[in-house]
Amino acid sequence: MRTSKWLAVLVVCVTLLACLGTAATSAPLSGSLEIFSWWAGDEGPALEALIKLYERQYPGVQVINSTVTGGAGVNAKAVLKTRMLGGEPPDTFQVHAGQELIGTWVVAGRMEDLSGLYASEGWKTAFPEGLLKLLSTDKGIWSVPVNIHRSNVLWYVPGNLQKWGVNVPTTWDDFLAIAPTLKAKGIVPLSLGENWTVTHLWESVALACLGKDKWEALWQGKLSWKSPDVVNVWRVFGKVLEFTNQDAPSLSWQQATDMVVKGQAAFNVMGDWAAGYMFTTLKLQPGKDFGWAPAPGTAGVFMMLSDSFGLPVGAPHRENTLAWLKMLGSKEAQDTFNPLKGSISARVDSDLSKYNAYLQSAAKDWRTNAIAGSLAHGVVANERFMNDFATVMEIFLSSRNPEAAANAAQAVAIQAGIAR
Amino acid sequence: MALIVVLPSLILLAVFVYGFIAQTVYISLTDWGQGAALALKPDTRFVGAYNYREMFTGFLNVRFRQDLVNMVFFTVLFVAASLGLGLMLATILDQRIRGEAFFRTVFLFPMSLSFIVTGTIWRWLLQPRGGVNVLPSYVGLPPASFLWLSSRDQALRFNWQALPIFAVAVAAAAFITWAAWLAARRRLRAAALAGLPGVVLMAWSAAGGLARLEILPFEEPHGFNLALIGVVIAATWQMSGYTMALYLAGLRTIPDELREAARVDGASPLQVYRYVELPLLTPITWSAVIVLGHIALKIFDLVFAMAGPDNAPTSVPAILMFLTTFRGNELAKGASIAVVLLVMVSFLIIPYLVATFRGRRA
Repeated sequence: MRTSKWLAVLVVCVTLLACLGTAATSAPLSGSLEIFSWWAGDEGPALEALIKLYERQYPGVQVINSTVTGGAGVNAKAVLKTRMLGGEPPDTFQVHAGQELIGTWVVAGRMEDLSGLYASEGWKTAFPEGLLKLLSTDKGIWSVPVNIHRSNVLWYVPGNLQKWGVNVPTTWDDFLAIAPTLKAKGIVPLSLGENWTVTHLWESVALACLGKDKWEALWQGKLSWKSPDVVNVWRVFGKVLEFTNQDAPSLSWQQATDMVVKGQAAFNVMGDWAAGYMFTTLKLQPGKDFGWAPAPGTAGVFMMLSDSFGLPVGAPHRENTLAWLKMLGSKEAQDTFNPLKGSISARVDSDLSKYNAYLQSAAKDWRTNAIAGSLAHGVVANERFMNDFATVMEIFLSSRNPEAAANAAQAVAIQAGIAR
Repeated sequence: MALIVVLPSLILLAVFVYGFIAQTVYISLTDWGQGAALALKPDTRFVGAYNYREMFTGFLNVRFRQDLVNMVFFTVLFVAASLGLGLMLATILDQRIRGEAFFRTVFLFPMSLSFIVTGTIWRWLLQPRGGVNVLPSYVGLPPASFLWLSSRDQALRFNWQALPIFAVAVAAAAFITWAAWLAARRRLRAAALAGLPGVVLMAWSAAGGLARLEILPFEEPHGFNLALIGVVIAATWQMSGYTMALYLAGLRTIPDELREAARVDGASPLQVYRYVELPLLTPITWSAVIVLGHIALKIFDLVFAMAGPDNAPTSVPAILMFLTTFRGNELAKGASIAVVLLVMVSFLIIPYLVATFRGRRA
């Protein structure tokens, strides 16, 4: 951190000197811009493209890409929190829209209101209303979304299903009916990976069992975790788990996707970054080499998550950050970033011709479906609940007792201030 | 004069080690972690030992208790395995075999890696569908199916509720045995003094005191997670070279006169080893236990790299502390886990420091 500060000072000096030298062509903005994210590896090039776009528009600004890799942001968030508590915020940082933003940073008074930016850029109509609700409180709008991912997607290989003589299940009952046949053939009916992908599967099962309205009621504290409906979610979830691979905790989500691609497993429920992985990394053709459907029982509902960037209070280079955020919300930046990242634009007016077949279909659903927020990716519940939900999941996995899990979840929800 | 020289480091130590320990202890007695936990001026209240009580007896902290059990089993197994393997390797190398320097380097080499690297390598080796599980198929046997790092089987299961009762029973038995031992030596007054607490404890339990020791309203089984075996193997692989080096150095400092004297007295090579060399290695064993023990109690990176943050069968308190603090924003609870860890490490370190200090003065 120290070095980056000195680096920043150095950069400022160098830029000032450079500006003096070429005073006639000096850009209006100078100094540096530190962007904090966990986008590395497969997601790195998408961020790089955004940074290039920014550097073209504001050549006077030195962009510092502070990426902290690993574990779906676990490490990055830890670094970010120590920096914020130590009074050394980055200029802007990646945060999931919804409770991860509101419940952690906005309630703590650590974000600047961006309502002015939204008004001057006309974003209130550019972004869908459901998404804006996730980014705002009654006091303001707190971040700029760059993308939309869908979490409730069922992946499969059409050729394999044909070979095994099964159809894509439209409900979990359908799935439970065909799963024993697949299992008898030595095929894993549903592949699963490490712990957070289990929660990811759980939210799809819950959305199917509860429907969109009760799912939202659950997070508003209007539906008890101990109600028969929610206990039933755990019951169905337990049955689904019986048809997953035993070695799940040792596999990354990519390895779980690989099982489907290699024909070892029939289905996998994963967010649509799996499409990015299959399309970009594995060079598979959407629709031909891999197929998709809404997770069983969730047709017509788009369970979403969204990455966004905000302006922390006390950011050292506020003007540069505002320019960055202004660019992020633009149609050009969104359509540059998302085809590379494997997500869709948060804007309703994006240019669909730049996207592949899967993303086009996702964008169509985004504009027509009902919208629900994801639990596993920080939209509907605050971080305290999410962290403790791992314990609830553990209680269920070791006891396989729906009532015990429901009781624990209710207790956690009360502690986290979600239920009463 | 000497004081002036060490003063700067004393001040730094006081602030950055003991000052921050004190701050952590204070945080652990508050409720920092409600609502706006990350505000510039978080709203915290003093809640006393609430966090600690919750951790040991609260319904939702089952994971903390299992992590504690994991840590104890891991420490015992890892220290025992590293000592055993290290002693074995050192004994073999001490036979003046050819290429000793080469083997010494080979065995010591894993220590030069960080736990993150070791963890990543062993994560690949212990994939349930690859690595060591497919080894048997090279000799025509069916591949093994053990779920390294993810098995949910437990051995040595016990009920958490029974812990205080067990502790009372052990304490009473110890006092009474001590009294009996003193009585046998005709030191009756001392025996009466020693026996009294034992008798009181027994009477108190008989009068129903034990029932009040119920720390949980329900049975909670804990045990040794078999998934930890994989972590123990990786950790032993990394650290047994270190114990080998310690033991080898120890063996080399034993004067040959002692061995020769034993041989002149007619001791067989095995007897020389058992009655001359091993007893002289005892101090080395103790230092190794301290070093390995505190590594094991604090273990974080190896498990994080091998099994990930949320794999409960291999989780340890240090990982839980990290997640609770930095993912769950429950800073007070994280601090109390850290304090529990500190107390456990000091159980190991303080007696050692006291012993060395006394030894030096004597």
